[in-house]
Amino acid sequence: MIPASFEYFNPQTLDEAISLLEQYGDDAKIMSGGHSLIPMMKLRLANPEYIIDINDIPGLSYIREEGGFLKIGALTREAELEHSELIKSKYHIFCDATKVIADPQVRNRGTIGGNLAHGDAANDHPAIMLAMNAQIVIQGPQGSRTVPMTDFMLGFYQTAIEHAEILTEIQIPIPPQGSGGAYLKLERKVGDYATAGVAVQVTIENNTFKKVGIGLTNVSPVPVKVTDAESHLTGKTISDQIIQEAAQMASDASSPSPDLRGSEEYKRAMVRVLTQRAIRRAIEDAQG
Amino acid sequence: MSKKTITFSINGAQQTLEVEPRLLLVHLIREVLNLTGTHIGCDTSNCGACTVLVDGKSVKSCTMLAVQVNNKALLTVEGLANETEYHPLQEGFKEEHGLHCGFCTPGMLMRAVELLEHNPNPTEDEIRWGISGNLCRCTGYVNIVRAIQYAAQKMSEKTLAEA
Repeated sequence: MIPASFEYFNPQTLDEAISLLEQYGDDAKIMSGGHSLIPMMKLRLANPEYIIDINDIPGLSYIREEGGFLKIGALTREAELEHSELIKSKYHIFCDATKVIADPQVRNRGTIGGNLAHGDAANDHPAIMLAMNAQIVIQGPQGSRTVPMTDFMLGFYQTAIEHAEILTEIQIPIPPQGSGGAYLKLERKVGDYATAGVAVQVTIENNTFKKVGIGLTNVSPVPVKVTDAESHLTGKTISDQIIQEAAQMASDASSPSPDLRGSEEYKRAMVRVLTQRAIRRAIEDAQG
Repeated sequence: MSKKTITFSINGAQQTLEVEPRLLLVHLIREVLNLTGTHIGCDTSNCGACTVLVDGKSVKSCTMLAVQVNNKALLTVEGLANETEYHPLQEGFKEEHGLHCGFCTPGMLMRAVELLEHNPNPTEDEIRWGISGNLCRCTGYVNIVRAIQYAAQKMSEKTLAEA
């Protein structure tokens, strides 16, 4: 399979990339890792006339804590997250996730920014960002703006990124002491999209949920933040019963489509089971 | 659509070529450079048969554009052995019967090169995760894992001897 013809640009600065976007508008596509875009171009699901390859733009790949946030550059590869000492020491939710995102070679190319900007509810990072209350930095001709993750995914392959804008950074509030996270994904085989995926981030104090974030992968057209389960748990003492109730809420909040990965009923059941397990795993992480 | 000029090295040799932007890296390697050791399996970035190293990182060359290797160093299976001897991984695959039909082998080898680079002494579990992006329909993977273990052993003995 060979993509249809296109004009190729590899800008060396963000400004150059943005002005190319302004010039070519909807006929242009940004390419970062290319592992969603190139397959879509091969299948003619995407036929961009202009490709703006941002891989040569310096300064878009980093993982650092700064000003109360964990900041991740949009062009940071999944493999860089996977091997980052900072991530391994403090952000275990990403250790769970990077292992189950595609496979090693794809992780060498795929980027966290692309994973989000693609706008696919089947991708794994959106649910994690919802659980972690992340905000997304988007740069355009007028400068940069910040969008909370809850306002970022708007619909099926639709995001808050507007004409001539580029996602440049992900900002995650640094969790306080006593925090932990987990991402659990049920997949049929390595490289598959999730049958269901659940991201949980908690802060625990005196055996009580102080803060809870829960996000779901691939069980609805737009990734779900399970706000009622989050508020149900917040302020309560950890117990089996309350975890089961929250898991049921997550299951109820999902609206999966039946496909080769399973029926709607099955997927809802998996959301319930995975949510319970992810909450317990996040608690262990917080207390460990 | 305008062609692009790219300069890169392939198995140590410099090349400058004009390519169409839509040319996939795997087609550059196989059809322009005539290096057919890199295979096309699924053509959808699932099977890993087309795995090559770009600046030392294993990638699936069916899902990268040839223009993207401008100023980069490519290594394919043809560049693994030196003039006198096989790479320890090639030797391992031979000694441990790590292949039957051989179709996945170039991709397995190239992936394993980076795996051992990162982790010179991997556990069986780490090897299996490490090659999880490469499909083999013959061996059942057991002998591939052994082949990589063989190479890891051989390479660490060599490092010790050199030290």
